[in-house]
Amino acid sequence: MNAARGDDRADATPPVLRIDNLYKSFGDTPVLQGIDLDVHRHRVVVLIGASGSGKSTLLKTVNLLERVDDGQIFLQGEDISDPRVAVDAVRARIGVVFQHFNLFPHLSVLDNVTLASRQVHGIRRKPAEATAMQLLQRIGLESKAGDYPDRLSGGQQQRVAIVRAIATNPELLLLDEITSALDPQLVGEVLDLVTELKQNGSTILMATHEMSFARRVADTVVFLKGGVIVEQGPPEQIFDDPAHPETREFLARTHAT
Amino acid sequence: MTTTDPTAPVRAVSSVELDRRAFRRKQSGRSVLAGLASTLVLALLLWFFVVNTPGWAAVQQSFFDPAIVVSSFPKILEGLLLNLRVLLMASVGVAVFATLLAVVRTLRGPVFFPLRALAAAYTDLFRGMPLLIVLYLVGFGIPALGIFPRLGSEVWGTAALVLTYSAYVSEVLRAGMEAVHPSQRLAARSLGLSHAKTLRIVVIPQGVRKVTPALMNDFVSMQKDVGLISVLGAVDAVRAAQIQVSQSYNFTPYVVAGLLFVALSWPMIRLTDWYSARAQRREQIGGTV
Repeated sequence: MNAARGDDRADATPPVLRIDNLYKSFGDTPVLQGIDLDVHRHRVVVLIGASGSGKSTLLKTVNLLERVDDGQIFLQGEDISDPRVAVDAVRARIGVVFQHFNLFPHLSVLDNVTLASRQVHGIRRKPAEATAMQLLQRIGLESKAGDYPDRLSGGQQQRVAIVRAIATNPELLLLDEITSALDPQLVGEVLDLVTELKQNGSTILMATHEMSFARRVADTVVFLKGGVIVEQGPPEQIFDDPAHPETREFLARTHAT
Repeated sequence: MTTTDPTAPVRAVSSVELDRRAFRRKQSGRSVLAGLASTLVLALLLWFFVVNTPGWAAVQQSFFDPAIVVSSFPKILEGLLLNLRVLLMASVGVAVFATLLAVVRTLRGPVFFPLRALAAAYTDLFRGMPLLIVLYLVGFGIPALGIFPRLGSEVWGTAALVLTYSAYVSEVLRAGMEAVHPSQRLAARSLGLSHAKTLRIVVIPQGVRKVTPALMNDFVSMQKDVGLISVLGAVDAVRAAQIQVSQSYNFTPYVVAGLLFVALSWPMIRLTDWYSARAQRREQIGGTV
């Protein structure tokens, strides 16, 4: 909604992420059609929508894993969709967690978490491991530091993946349906960790199918359909009083209201 | 609302995107130029180095004589046809024998122990033994037994190639079959497929796909090793070249034969590279979306 976006734009600081009129298609299939979106510091923006609505593609374009057809993406005011920017340097500033964890199976939990700190950010092993152990302690997995990922449950693996993403203090955290591949009883522990990240002030853009979680954690909910933002606003507004009939229909189908 | 009208006319591309496209075009043009320039410089350097070696004139005369290229070409090409025939026969033989060996080595159950052990011993033996020695043993040893009718030396050469290459290829196939996820076997057996049918319909097709680049590589390798059958006296491209060399006291025919072998294997090498690159690209898509 214009009102919601207008309010956001009125914030004193410029947004961490600003997406401006973004277009993307795969061949003849349009996936994103003119997306405008701001993510402000310490805010959680949640993308909802059916499969194929463009949520994942949007996250990928932000991490420069997909090239856009038109429009711009600004990270802290810098146009990162410009081909002249150093792609790896941009990615080093953004943390990503995938649906399928994507932990490195040949590295221990501790090495997974410290990999980017040591190899990309040039932090020595000792301090990197100290930070990693603190983080692992926070998620109660410090005893698993020396284990390999295949010894962990799905929920534990995903929490390690989240810790790996935040170990380098990224300016922005992208979470792509991080609970979709988990057994239902493991979803809670992962979402609790995301809630904790929000409380600690992380800036998060996430796609999810967990509507009750979206309602709880989101500052802004964005409903996507067919690569278009149908409606966006605070969770109470989107879930309790959606303005657009398509939003109502989607929420009715997902039993969220 | 930020909704766009789906019936809106074709969207005009923004100047930002036009600038990005122009930059990418310029960049790709520049990298093509850089590639061309560095290739040219390297080629020129190599050429100057070779031409300025003290013995170049003599080498040129005895290895690159155009007149001898022309005169020796037909005979060598005729020999290459024999190589091609041997290659085709050997490929079929290797495909059948190696698959058999691979299947035997994956058989479970104590009853099959002797078969498994035999297959394992076979692959150990023939992967370790130099092809040249297998060629001598098969080509001169087996006919000496006197139980086979007189056969051409190319037949024994083909047999030796099949024996050696089956050992390699069966190991590649076995690795591929073992890389097929156990859940695939489980799914096949749960449908009621027998062990043999599970292998034939589910495991082998997927396993072969996984190791196709390695198999193509073995094929390329065999393509040039067919030249070794000349040691048994078969008049293939190498032997034909040898005859020409002894007649002209000039090594040019060897160069001709060598280049013909390269030409023979080149399409397969390119195909292998293309296939591997494609498989890699597919793997890198990530499969999360």
